Amino acid sequence: MPMQPTNIFDPNYFHKVVDCQWACPAHTPVPEYIRLIAQERYTEAYMLNWDSNVFPGVLGRTCDRPCEPACRRVRTEEKPVAICRLKRVAADNKGDLKDFLPAVPTQKNGKRIACLGAGPASLAVARDLLPLGYEVDMFDKDPEGGGMMRSQIPAFRLPIEVLQEEVDLIVNMGVNTHYGHEVTSMKEMLDRDYDAYFVGTGAPRGRDLDIPGRAEVDDHISIGIDWLSSVAFGHTSKIEGNVIVMGGGNTAMDCCRTSLRMGADSVKVVVRSAFEVMKASDWEKEDAMEEGIPIINNRPPKEFVHENGKLKGILFECVEPVKGDDGRIKYVPTGEEDVFIEADHVLMAIGQENHCPWIERDIGIEFDKWDCPILEEDTLQSTNPKVFFGGDSAFGPENIIWASAHAHKAAISIHLFCSGQDLKTARPPEGVNLISTKMGVHEWAYDAQHDGSERFLVPQADKRKTLSDVKLEVELGFDRDLGSQEAQRCLNCDVQTVFADKLCIECDACVDICPMDCISFTDNAEEADLRGMLQAPAENVEQDLYVSAQLGTGRVMVKDEDVCLHCGLCAERCPTNAWDMQRSVVHVPQLGSYAELDLIASAR
Amino acid sequence: MTFVAKPRVHHPRLPVNEIGLTRRDYEGSVSTLCAGCGHDSVSAAIVQATSELSIPPHRFAKVSGIGCSSKTPSYFLNKSHGFNSVHGRMPSVMTGANLANRDLHCIGVSGDGDSASIGLGQFSHIVRRRINMLYIVDNNGTYGLTKGQFSATNDKGSTSKKGVPNLYEPIDLVTMALQLGASFVARSFSGDKKQLIPLIQAGLKHKGMAFIDVISPCVAFNNHSGSTKSYEYIRENSGSAMAADYVANAQEITADYEPGTKEDVNMPDGSVLRLSKLDASYDPHDRVGALSYVMRQQEKGDVVTGLLYVDPEASDCHEIMNTCATPLNALNEAELCPGSDALAAINQSMR
Repeated sequence: MPMQPTNIFDPNYFHKVVDCQWACPAHTPVPEYIRLIAQERYTEAYMLNWDSNVFPGVLGRTCDRPCEPACRRVRTEEKPVAICRLKRVAADNKGDLKDFLPAVPTQKNGKRIACLGAGPASLAVARDLLPLGYEVDMFDKDPEGGGMMRSQIPAFRLPIEVLQEEVDLIVNMGVNTHYGHEVTSMKEMLDRDYDAYFVGTGAPRGRDLDIPGRAEVDDHISIGIDWLSSVAFGHTSKIEGNVIVMGGGNTAMDCCRTSLRMGADSVKVVVRSAFEVMKASDWEKEDAMEEGIPIINNRPPKEFVHENGKLKGILFECVEPVKGDDGRIKYVPTGEEDVFIEADHVLMAIGQENHCPWIERDIGIEFDKWDCPILEEDTLQSTNPKVFFGGDSAFGPENIIWASAHAHKAAISIHLFCSGQDLKTARPPEGVNLISTKMGVHEWAYDAQHDGSERFLVPQADKRKTLSDVKLEVELGFDRDLGSQEAQRCLNCDVQTVFADKLCIECDACVDICPMDCISFTDNAEEADLRGMLQAPAENVEQDLYVSAQLGTGRVMVKDEDVCLHCGLCAERCPTNAWDMQRSVVHVPQLGSYAELDLIASAR
Repeated sequence: MTFVAKPRVHHPRLPVNEIGLTRRDYEGSVSTLCAGCGHDSVSAAIVQATSELSIPPHRFAKVSGIGCSSKTPSYFLNKSHGFNSVHGRMPSVMTGANLANRDLHCIGVSGDGDSASIGLGQFSHIVRRRINMLYIVDNNGTYGLTKGQFSATNDKGSTSKKGVPNLYEPIDLVTMALQLGASFVARSFSGDKKQLIPLIQAGLKHKGMAFIDVISPCVAFNNHSGSTKSYEYIRENSGSAMAADYVANAQEITADYEPGTKEDVNMPDGSVLRLSKLDASYDPHDRVGALSYVMRQQEKGDVVTGLLYVDPEASDCHEIMNTCATPLNALNEAELCPGSDALAAINQSMR
């Protein structure tokens, strides 16, 4: 079967071409905000982010950045655009937001919502619901809002003022906060008869390690996230002696870097698995190593060594990763002697899990065998129709950007639920709008010219100062100048190459000019065959082929979306305007979004 | 014309040729011709053909005259030798270049105005002299650079953009070249790179002058319904008599074809030109037959394309003149001025 012509009005087609936006759980319109940064319209860039991911200042410093490995630039050159740090540029340089914030009606709609937990998921749900007139009560055991953004992310990565500002932005929309209020019974909550409940309590239980000697050395061991939290709230101000951090995730990286600043004599990270498969983001590993912290891999712990309860250190086995017949990596002993590493204190950062002992199991909220609530994936509704989950408490530990994405989904569900509509069929549809960027002859409404610069490095504060002050932010962020230079590296993947088959005279001008050999005119064929018949073989099957209807000569136009630079040269060279560069605006369903992109972009 | 420069970055899996270069290393600067110009496709075909031959770019000489066609050498092989000469005088300059350095691969690009009007005399004589070169005419039947007057190759009855018919008989460079003794004559179409690229490769490897008349539509002035050199007209009215495939290495050939329909022609450097007859009655080594076939088809309004005539045994100008094997520009002073004894010996031989 030859390929069918591509339906470019399927909202997902061009959305997928914008790799960063597609990869972002909240589908933040990345190229659009990067263009706004390039235009020094930081406030608008910030609001575009705020609308979509709710915490641009926080995420611009701490996001797990699924967008960056997806960035097309990884495939065309090497390093992705510094999307995350550009977000921070918008946050650092934004002006007065007053005129941009959604209005919250003083006349409420009569519906009351309880948000349990005051972390990113709950805050984002509140933000989505408040402009529609909902009354939102928010409960959290901590004395302040922010959840894990406050308790688990050290201040040298996320200054408290940045977090506070973004929490306040939402709280000041009219959230009724009940801080310092630990919810101990969901039954009691349900008795308060709210119209709907949103559970955003995270994955608050850090895993422990049950190996010989564990019980005896209890005084010398802390659970990573609990320890970070006690540092954040000022209950812990120092750590002494030699510290071992167990675990290879981002929490481990935060623990080791915090220890170093809190007075440890030495800090080592010891990981059971290989360096490459550690869960920590590459840049967080780099930051830790940059500060001189060794990461020791392939060392599963065997035993806590102690003298009458006084910890001496840990004994580790030596293993190496071997690829099994099934392709999975197994760790086999190397035969080397076990390694003993001295330690006075151990921080456990070997994972987190859901833990909701406060939700009674007889109130209609069912849990699976991993202690995660059973949810309707499209709606995040639990088996108790009034109760919705989001963030880490929904499907286990993820990250902040997933919390925002869940929140948007849950807010829509809550609104539909409260207004008596069907949670699945009545959801607002996705959509795509295409707007030509042609301004005139050789003039485009975007900077089409490809910028070959390499990724710019984010400047950092002086190490001598940052290593002795747990509150001093390490990264200085891009200044405006560096930010606008980095912004130029964006390929504008949302400005799409749109092909009108009826106008094409098959002159080959686009084929000849395309720097990336994306465009071919060929006989049609089955996709697998067609991929090999093109100007350059389309080997990346993750990326779609854009296929036209049959042309005059019986051939079709096939464009491999994989490495297109969106430079517009095909449209520049087309004598009949069969190619046009059109900006695709993807409408991601979201409640309370006043933000048609164009409204933000054209504000003022 | 475009104002967006073509970025240097290229497809991550773009193939490299035998000398480690990609096709992009054989490109020139970005074209300033009208968008959609057939000439740009010819340039792209030259880029593709030369890169596949794995000849270092600096071993080419590209020479042109005046006109849209003659701008195109800027758009390919920017690391080669080039000369944008006087109107119609590309053959003279190319002759000089080839005489001075017979090792260069010579590409002359001309247009229908440049070769069939002001340079017709030059065209005739370079064919006769068999300069070892590839002579490409970007033939669009119009003076595009001066806004669309009929050129000498425009067919009688073909109309201008405004609908006014051409009253004069056309000059057909293919039949002229055949008459004047060219040893490699082909016609192709800018919109058919599959045909054009092997022809360019074979033409470059042919000893003596290889002539390719490339019909290359002018999108601005001669691509309308009354034109006989539009994309649409050529696609509908052209037929190939003889398909040619260039095979760089003769060992790659596995013979499994019907006798009489295909023929392998050995090129001087050991490569092979494989011909497939699309019309069984056609003989590409019969000059008179080719002439009459092309003219018969022309009468019917059909444009014959493909390799029309080839004489693989032909000689080139250096052979005719019996010049030395070392390029003249590489001879040193001692070789060029062998001294008074040698002069005396020459004089003596003429007494």
